[in-house]
Amino acid sequence: METAAPISAVEAKVPLSPWQLFWQRLKRRKIAMTGGVILIFLYTVSIFAGFIAPYRYDQINNNSFFHPPIWPSLQGFHLVVPRYEQGASVFDYREVPNDTKPLHFFVHTDKYKLFGFIPASIHFFGAGDDNYPVYLFGADQFGRDVFSRLLYGSQISLSIGIIGISISFALGMIIGGISGYFSGLTDTLIMRLCELVMSIPALYLIISLRNTFPPGMSSAQVYAMIIIILSFIGWASMARVIRGMTLSIREQQFVLAARALGQSHLKIIVRHILPNTLSYVIVAATLSVPYYILGEVVLSFLGVGIQEPSASWGNMLTAAQNTEYLKNYPWLLAPGAAIFVTVLAFNFLGDGLRDAADTKSL
Amino acid sequence: MNLLEIKNLKMDFGKGAEALRAIDDVSFTIGAGETVCLVGESGCGKTVTALSIARLVPTPPANYVGGEILLNGRDTLKMSTRELQQIRGGVVSYVFQDPGASLNPVFRIGNQIKESLKLHKPEKANDAEVIRLLKLVGIPAPESRINNYPFEMSGGMQQRVMIAMALASEPKLLVADEPTTALDVTIQAQILDLLSELKERLGMAILLITHNLGIVGDMADRVAVMYAGQIVELSPARELLRRPLHPYTRALMNSVPKLRGDADRLSAIPGNVPRIGNFPPGCRFAPRCPIAKPECSEKNPELLEVELGRFVRCPFWK
Repeated sequence: METAAPISAVEAKVPLSPWQLFWQRLKRRKIAMTGGVILIFLYTVSIFAGFIAPYRYDQINNNSFFHPPIWPSLQGFHLVVPRYEQGASVFDYREVPNDTKPLHFFVHTDKYKLFGFIPASIHFFGAGDDNYPVYLFGADQFGRDVFSRLLYGSQISLSIGIIGISISFALGMIIGGISGYFSGLTDTLIMRLCELVMSIPALYLIISLRNTFPPGMSSAQVYAMIIIILSFIGWASMARVIRGMTLSIREQQFVLAARALGQSHLKIIVRHILPNTLSYVIVAATLSVPYYILGEVVLSFLGVGIQEPSASWGNMLTAAQNTEYLKNYPWLLAPGAAIFVTVLAFNFLGDGLRDAADTKSL
Repeated sequence: MNLLEIKNLKMDFGKGAEALRAIDDVSFTIGAGETVCLVGESGCGKTVTALSIARLVPTPPANYVGGEILLNGRDTLKMSTRELQQIRGGVVSYVFQDPGASLNPVFRIGNQIKESLKLHKPEKANDAEVIRLLKLVGIPAPESRINNYPFEMSGGMQQRVMIAMALASEPKLLVADEPTTALDVTIQAQILDLLSELKERLGMAILLITHNLGIVGDMADRVAVMYAGQIVELSPARELLRRPLHPYTRALMNSVPKLRGDADRLSAIPGNVPRIGNFPPGCRFAPRCPIAKPECSEKNPELLEVELGRFVRCPFWK
C-alpha cells in the first residue's frame, strides 16, 4: 500500500518577484528571444570588432578597389583563400586557379587597440599574407574591407542607440516626472516646451543643430554631437508620456504615505514615481533604439555625421548612393542589411517586452 | 502643554468667490499619550483635518484662512518646507486606510521601512532595526519577510508594515486614518489591539479617524464628532457613548444596528450630508434634525461647554 506524502513534505512555492514573472513571460516569446539573442551577438561582435575584423577600418589597398567578396573554401580539411588577379578591364577581378593559401585562425597581423586601449595584434582569422586578402563582404571604392568597416562601424552605430536612449530617457523621465508631479504652471511651461521641440520637423532641427557646431570636428566630437542632437529631440515625447503616468501615480496613496514620512518632492519623484513607470520605459526604450540608429544613418548619409575615414553604418551607405555602384558592386549595401537586421531585432525584442510587461497577458 | 492644539482652524478649497469652506472653525486638543477619535460621515472633513496637522493637503487647492495648528507648541501652518519634512514622520506619523495602496508596489517592504529610518533615524537604518520593528508589529518570521513585495502579503500584514514604518521614527503622535476600513473584522480587531498595545508601550498619542462607533468605544479617551466641516460634539468617549448630547450624535448612534432588537429596518438619518459650499443657513444639521426648531435655521450655534469637558454645538441638547 502506498502512503501519501506527509503534507509537510510539499514544498511551498515562493512567490516570484515581478522581474522573475516578467522574465518567465518573456522566455515564452520565441521571436522576442531570437531578437534578443541577435542583439547580444551583434553587441558582442561590436565590442570585439578589432579582434574579429581582419583589417583596420582605414586600411586602404590600392589593388582592390571595388573588389568582390572573397570567401574561403574548404579544401580537404583546410579552409583556403584563393588569390585574385586584376582582369583586363578596370575593377575586374578574376580568381587565379590552383593558387590558394590556407586560412589561419588567431593570426598576428595589423596592430589595433582592443576596447580602445589594450594594444593587440592578434586577429580571429586571416591568411597572413597581403597577396591573399580575405574580403568577406568585398571592398569599397578605396579598397578597404567592407566587413572590417562594418564591424568598426557597428561600434558607433550600435552604441549611439544605447547611449542616446539612456540620455534622452533619463532626461525625459526626470522632466516628465517633475512636470506631472508639480502640475500647475511648471507643468504648463514644460509641456509647451515639449510641444515646441516636437513641432519642429526633426530632420531640419538635426541639420540646423549640426550647423551650430563648428566644422572640422574629430570623429569623437561628431559622435558626441550626434548623441546630443538626437537626445535633444528625443526627450520630449518621453517626457509627455511619463508626465501622463506621473499624473496618475502621484494620486496613489503610497505617494501621500511617502510625503507623510517627510520625503522630499524630488526623492518622491525619483524613488517612488519613476520606478513605477519602468516597465513602460524599458519597452519604449527598446522600441526607440532603432530611431537613434537610423538617426545616425541619416546624419551620416547627409554627410553631416561621422566623417571618413571613420566608419559608421551611415557613412558606409553613403558610398552606396550611386545607382551605378549599386548595380555593379551590390556588396556595398552590406551596412544596409546590418541596419535592417538590427532594427528588426530591436523591434521583435521590444514587442516581446511589451507583451511580457503586460500583466494581463499570459 | 498639549501635544497638539488645533485652534479655530479654517480651511478653504479654492480662492476668492469659488472658495469652499472644508474645515470651519475646528478646535480640539490631544494630550501626550491620549487617544482621540474623530468621528463623522464621509465628506465631513475628518481626513482633511487630520492631514492638515502635518500640512499634507496640497496648497493650492487648499487655502488655510485662519486658526493655528500647534504641534509641540509650534504652528505647523507657519513652518517652512524643510521643517515640515522633519515633523512629518518625525513627530507625527500617518497610517492610511488602504494598506495595499499605501505601500509602493515595486519595492520590497524591508527597503520601504528602511527608507523611513533613513529619513529620521539614519544611524539605525539597518536590517536589524527593520526586523525589530517588524517583530514589534507582530509579523512572524521578519527575517524572511523583509524581502517580500507588498503584494505577497495579506491586507492585515500590509497594515502592520505600514504601522512599522510609521513607528520607525518613534513619533509622538500617530494619525490613523480609518486604518481598519479595508480589513475584515477579525483583522480589524487585531490591528486595533496592536495599536492600543503599542500606544501603551511607546507612550504615543493617537488620533484615530473612523466612522465605526464600536471602535470609538474600544479605543478612544475622547471623541470629536464632526459634521459638515465643524465639530458638533467633543466629549470624553465613555460619556459620549452613554449619553450623547448633540442630536446628530444621537442619530448616529441610533443608526448602529443592535444585536438584540426587533426592528426590521436599520434606522437611518434622513437626507444626505449637505454638499460642501452648499450648507444650509443656520445650524448645518437642522434640515435633518428631529428636534429642529424654526430658529435653528437662522443662526449657527456656537460650540459651548455644557458640562465639564463636554462641548456641544446645539442649544437644545437637553
